Amino acid sequence: MENLDALVAETLDTIAKTEDPAELESLRVSKLGKKGELTALLKQLGKLPAEERPAAGARINEAKQQVAEALGQRKSALAEAELNRRLAEETIDVTLPGRQVAPGGLHPVTRTIERMTDFFTRIGYSVAEGPEVEDDYHNFEALNIPSHHPARAMHDTFYFDATRLLRTHTSPVQVRVMEEQPPPLRIVCPGRVYRCDSDLTHTPMFHQMEGLLVDENISLANLKGTVESFLREFFEQELAVRFRPSYFPFTEPSAEVDIACVHCGGEGCRVCGHSGWLEVMGCGMVHPEVLRYANIDPERYSGFAFGMGVERLAMLRYSVNDLRIFFDNDLRFLSQFR
Amino acid sequence: MKFSEHWLREWVNPDLDADALMHLVTMAGLEVDGSEPAAGAFTDVVVAEILHAEQHPDADKLQVCRVSDGTAEHQVVCGAPNARAGIRVALARVGGTLPGDISIRQAKLRGVESAGMICSARELGLSDDHSGILELAADAPLGVDLRQYLRLDDTLIEIDLTPNRADCLGIRGIAREVGVLTGTSVTAPVIEPVAAEIDDTFPVRLSAPEACPRYLGRVIRGIDPTATTPLWMQERLRRSGVRSIDPVVDVTNYVMLELGQPMHGFDLNRLQGSIDVRRARAGEALTLLDEQTVELREDTLVIADEGQALAMAGIMGGEASGIHQGTEDIFLECAFFAPLHLAGIARSYGLHTDSSHRFERGVDHQLQRLAMERATGLLLDIVGGRPGPVSEAVDTAHLPVGGTVSVSHQAITSLLGAEIEPDTITRIFEGLGFAVTVDGGHWHCAVPSHRFDVSIPADLIEEVARVYGYNNLPVSAPRMALEITPLPEAIESERLVKRRLLALGYQEAVTYSFVEPGLQQLLEPELKPLPLSNPISEELSVMRTSLAAGLLNALRYNLNRQQDRVRLFEVGLVFRGELDTLSQTKQVGGLLYGPRQDATWLGTEGTDFYDLKGDVESLLGLSGGREIRFEALSDQSMLHPGQSARVLVDGEPAGWLGRLHPRVEQALELKKPAWLFELSMTAVARRAVPTYQPLSRFPASHRDVALVVEENVQAQRVQEVARAAGGEWMQDVHLFDVYAGDSIGAGKRSLALQLSWQHPDRTLQDDEIAGFMNSVIERLQQEFDAVLRS
Repeated sequence: MENLDALVAETLDTIAKTEDPAELESLRVSKLGKKGELTALLKQLGKLPAEERPAAGARINEAKQQVAEALGQRKSALAEAELNRRLAEETIDVTLPGRQVAPGGLHPVTRTIERMTDFFTRIGYSVAEGPEVEDDYHNFEALNIPSHHPARAMHDTFYFDATRLLRTHTSPVQVRVMEEQPPPLRIVCPGRVYRCDSDLTHTPMFHQMEGLLVDENISLANLKGTVESFLREFFEQELAVRFRPSYFPFTEPSAEVDIACVHCGGEGCRVCGHSGWLEVMGCGMVHPEVLRYANIDPERYSGFAFGMGVERLAMLRYSVNDLRIFFDNDLRFLSQFR
Repeated sequence: MKFSEHWLREWVNPDLDADALMHLVTMAGLEVDGSEPAAGAFTDVVVAEILHAEQHPDADKLQVCRVSDGTAEHQVVCGAPNARAGIRVALARVGGTLPGDISIRQAKLRGVESAGMICSARELGLSDDHSGILELAADAPLGVDLRQYLRLDDTLIEIDLTPNRADCLGIRGIAREVGVLTGTSVTAPVIEPVAAEIDDTFPVRLSAPEACPRYLGRVIRGIDPTATTPLWMQERLRRSGVRSIDPVVDVTNYVMLELGQPMHGFDLNRLQGSIDVRRARAGEALTLLDEQTVELREDTLVIADEGQALAMAGIMGGEASGIHQGTEDIFLECAFFAPLHLAGIARSYGLHTDSSHRFERGVDHQLQRLAMERATGLLLDIVGGRPGPVSEAVDTAHLPVGGTVSVSHQAITSLLGAEIEPDTITRIFEGLGFAVTVDGGHWHCAVPSHRFDVSIPADLIEEVARVYGYNNLPVSAPRMALEITPLPEAIESERLVKRRLLALGYQEAVTYSFVEPGLQQLLEPELKPLPLSNPISEELSVMRTSLAAGLLNALRYNLNRQQDRVRLFEVGLVFRGELDTLSQTKQVGGLLYGPRQDATWLGTEGTDFYDLKGDVESLLGLSGGREIRFEALSDQSMLHPGQSARVLVDGEPAGWLGRLHPRVEQALELKKPAWLFELSMTAVARRAVPTYQPLSRFPASHRDVALVVEENVQAQRVQEVARAAGGEWMQDVHLFDVYAGDSIGAGKRSLALQLSWQHPDRTLQDDEIAGFMNSVIERLQQEFDAVLRS
């Protein structure tokens, strides 16, 4: 018994110096195991006089407890140290690039068309598409643009023969929808259109989105409401919008729509030609003749139509100052629209 | 149409400044394109007279002038050839400034004192004329500020007119608009008929009355061929963007700008016999005023005499019959040509003139007599002469019929969504020149002869809206029944297809739908692409038959700009077949070029067929429930015959994929292989609506087998046969390894398959599985001579 304190002190010292978890385990066995030194002391209790046993037992158990605790703590400490060592060893440079598939992006024209059509589909319009090689009837005639109409000269049409051509606007899609479906109609028609013109501000192919709504009691006020909401939603700004009388053979009354310059806020700058206004689209009430061509009774139904250049809106929205760059497909340009 | 604010204000003078005036007309549909001051910025330039001019002692080209500004005399050295005693000029005095920040100082020119400068039109910012000093009228008041004298505090306004508003191609029309917009009265200049002093007329025949139903002519003899156009008129023309030429031309142009009526002056002595307004004879030649000779077509209306065509009617006069230096006797033409018969004609000859611009859009057919009298009056003032009577050839049957259009208050309210006061409506119609009868909520409006664009009620409603102000009309959302747009579940959206490609690393491209025939020929020589009859250039002259040409162009564009890894896709129509049987189908096409990934620290590898195929499989995998098969393909000329495949969706051809043919690769100078695919959008977007299959609660059993087959045996076929032979409970045949090498012999390869079975209601026993395995192996042995790899 007199050795107990020394034994405990020595054991604790050894525990503190042990670095290897396996050694620590052998130490436990040698001290606390069935044949361990401290266990052996307990077994010798019987040799003591009966009155000394409880106190001696308590002392030995206390010593065992002390050693067990020290072993446990040391074990945790070693495990902790081992984990820390492993973590340090496994540390990598998290700033190295990942093993990715670099995602592509939509062409800004598509991105813009999606934003435009989203507005209209949210309020119940459908998206309609149609052929790009069109006939004279759908591209002009049914839109109240007879041959020799001065508006034809404004269109710079690409022809294949006397009557077949590349559509100069997406209005023929509206004509085709009106031919097939009775009112009420709510459609938008985005797509490629073609005009025989190529310079700094014109490309022979570009995109338009036109829209058409036909029902009973549709008014110019409704057109104004729709167009204003669209433009404000598209630019995400409470823009000033104004309507100027204009002329299109397929609408009457017709209007051009200007917005306060998104670049200078209407102060006047290079983008808006110092006028403070940007012309962004044309629109109007569907000409009764156009309804009649599609066998829709203009006495009962009225409607409005609008059309806008997708590239124009994309340029304003994304501050692109060169139209031609849309069709170069330069990855350095395209990748800016991810 | 460009005009001077002052000129307009002589007709109508509302209490608005120039900016407000321009805003007003813009918002009424006469869009102001721009404006500029009538002259440059200058100060202390006054009217002066050259009292005396003599040769500079030391300079041949200079003169020393004594100039009076009415209060003082100045000595000025001047280099202008027309500087001479007795003329009134613009004198910039010492201390004054000229445009371009030029200060006038006392100076010595070649030793002679000069105090001031006598100015040319260019030096004052009036025009480009620098041929000599500006000569003012003989009665110009000395000492008066030039800006005040020439009324140069004027704004030049350019309006961009829509084709329906030909009535505003003259001051008169613009004044009418401004009048009704501002409620200001319009004062036209007094135009009195000019009495004939001689009896001479020149006979006119209308051989094409449908195209020219009215033709007025007037002979004026004995004009002064040396007279010059007065400065005020030159100024008006200048401020309207028209160059001064000679008095006769200037007067006709002036009347055109003022009233909107184009006119023409002939040299009477160069006309033979009589005038005939007729269609040209095919091939008839005519040398125009601009000195080009055109070969006329039969659809072209000409003014001819007994010998030949003299002028292209309503477009341009002829060189031979025009006014020239020394012309003393003239024949003035003032006609109405029908818009429909002139439409497109000028353009077809590559011409566009102030006259054709107006006649094509419509000139007031009642205006000719007024214009003739106005021109005569002005001419007599300037060049003198003795006028004959106005002779008129007319075919009333072919003159436009002025109709009456009616509109109800209810129709106006309904179309505009606004109730406008009836009195306002009446005032608008009357102000625009309609003769109006109001009757129980209806307006019956007789359309004035200057309007060609009013024939239905909607046209009248537009006039009301326009004058009332579009921006004064209310704004509201349409009210409609909530109808649902169908959205079939069995059709995947194009958006999702595109997004899948983005996720696979493709960048969307948009290329022209027309391509270069050479490239088209290189890619698909067996197809005849649809050619445009008027292409913009050879490079963009035939319609694409696939998306490949555009994608390859985009590839080359990027390779030339140091981009060595390119992944592009495009969605768009391709055009195949003859015009009458043309198919226009929407395709999705992709292109892969360069390494699988950008070179990184992880290494880089080239792209191969299976990258391409994997992408196509991913794309088609978007939509379940369909059988996708690939077949070797050798008939797509743009592709490598050994590395290309046709895609079949539910047994139907849906597109192709493969490596660009080395022949094409070489022709396009590509250093690495390019990989392309093209699929029908309909096929990609089609999908099945799923039907639930109950899940088995019992474990699946898997068995691996490696089979050695001839190397030309297609893996897909082996899998299909294995699948068919595996029995009812077979779940899957998964190819997990392909091996070729010496150990299995040349010309052979080993395909390692994992076969899986699962029963819905119980666990399959080992002996059952062994039986299935045997039937699969037997079947593969029979079909492909497959040997189990040991």
